[in-house]
Amino acid sequence: MAGVAVSTTINGDDVEYLCQPDETLLDVLRDRLGLTGAKEGCGTGDCGACSIILDDRLVCSCLVLGAEAEGRRVETIEGMAHGDSLHPLQQKFLEHAALQCGICTPGFLIAAKDLLAKNPDPTEEEIRFGLAGNLCRCTGYDKIVRAVQDAASVMKGA
Amino acid sequence: MRYIRPLSIEDAAGLLAGSTGTAAILAGGSDLLVRMKGGFIEPDLIVDIKAIEGLNEIRETSEGFGIGAAVPCAVLGESKALKKAWPGVVEAANLIGSKQVQGRCTIVGNLCNASPAADSVPALVAAGAKAVVVGPGGRRTIAVEAVPTGPGKTSLAKGEIIEAILLDRRPPRAGDAYLRFIPRTEMDIAVVSAGVNLTLDEQGRVKSARLALGAVAATVILVEEAAEVLVGSKLDEATLERLAKVCSGACRPIDDKRGTIEFRRKVAGVLAKRAAIAAYKRAGGK
Repeated sequence: MAGVAVSTTINGDDVEYLCQPDETLLDVLRDRLGLTGAKEGCGTGDCGACSIILDDRLVCSCLVLGAEAEGRRVETIEGMAHGDSLHPLQQKFLEHAALQCGICTPGFLIAAKDLLAKNPDPTEEEIRFGLAGNLCRCTGYDKIVRAVQDAASVMKGA
Repeated sequence: MRYIRPLSIEDAAGLLAGSTGTAAILAGGSDLLVRMKGGFIEPDLIVDIKAIEGLNEIRETSEGFGIGAAVPCAVLGESKALKKAWPGVVEAANLIGSKQVQGRCTIVGNLCNASPAADSVPALVAAGAKAVVVGPGGRRTIAVEAVPTGPGKTSLAKGEIIEAILLDRRPPRAGDAYLRFIPRTEMDIAVVSAGVNLTLDEQGRVKSARLALGAVAATVILVEEAAEVLVGSKLDEATLERLAKVCSGACRPIDDKRGTIEFRRKVAGVLAKRAAIAAYKRAGGK
């Protein structure tokens, strides 16, 4: 079966790939492009582990077809750090031990980045509602919320 | 399977009309991709409508608003003009799923998925919204409540696509509201829901009313008797009690793990009252 040819931008780089018409963007990222940061948790848009940013919108990459990325801008967890220097959110997740098994972490970081881009000074409630599409079965969320609050204050001061 | 991204709505309708196997329309994909993943649908053709000009826009005209079929619900919440005119429709649309889902899901998808528990549909029915349908026979405009005919079923014929949802321009002293009951604070499916849309006269009496209930029948239902109860009133206690009774009586719910028949009937009355009060206040009523 012939594939769909897609030209897109991922983390600022022009990327071209061939994919099957029913293949999700998550599968393209992980299995064709080696970008395994986005995780498959549920595969049905409930857990947020596959979160990416598509044209400035936070989405679940498991609910996007690879073919749909044509001509669009994709941002994944792999584009979050600048070389060896971590994004403030990544740094604060480490400092606050806001992860245990780590499967949900890339999704939380991307979702938190999107949240702070739209609301640089969120309340605790806004953070909890804003991250309600990301599930974590280890931390109980509290450390994640603290890490996001701390990162927000660092980023405001920057 | 083929994936096609047509540039015109006529081409999209033509592709769907000419398809021999299972064809599906893709806008946000938040229902379609889940159904594909679950094996409930195996489309031979997917028609992605997002590259069609105008479908990604909210258009404001002298007659009101036209919301393109591919506009994600998050964009509805970012439109100040729409939020001001139709706060109930916007709050309903913004209750669907997470931030991630909001970035993709559409009100047309919510309508055509035809779940009786769809959040935006009672608000749209109460608002008197219309759907612009394009198909092989041309273009027609129908009431949104004429679209779903049962769980997962619509009245749309083969080759027909909803291009946009139309909402009227608001007269003075108008307000709408949507409320749902879920057993948690967010990210859940309505057990019961109610949308109310009111206009008031200069004395603050209800001049016109539309009330729709969700998740209490095979489709979202427009409760016409509720309008009769509300019109002429200032939402006094006796009116609200009658409203609750009429709404509870209009329900034809199922018993399931999320709610019993008895519970759904009672909550429908309570939510109808509360949504009516919220809409009345937004219309400037005291």
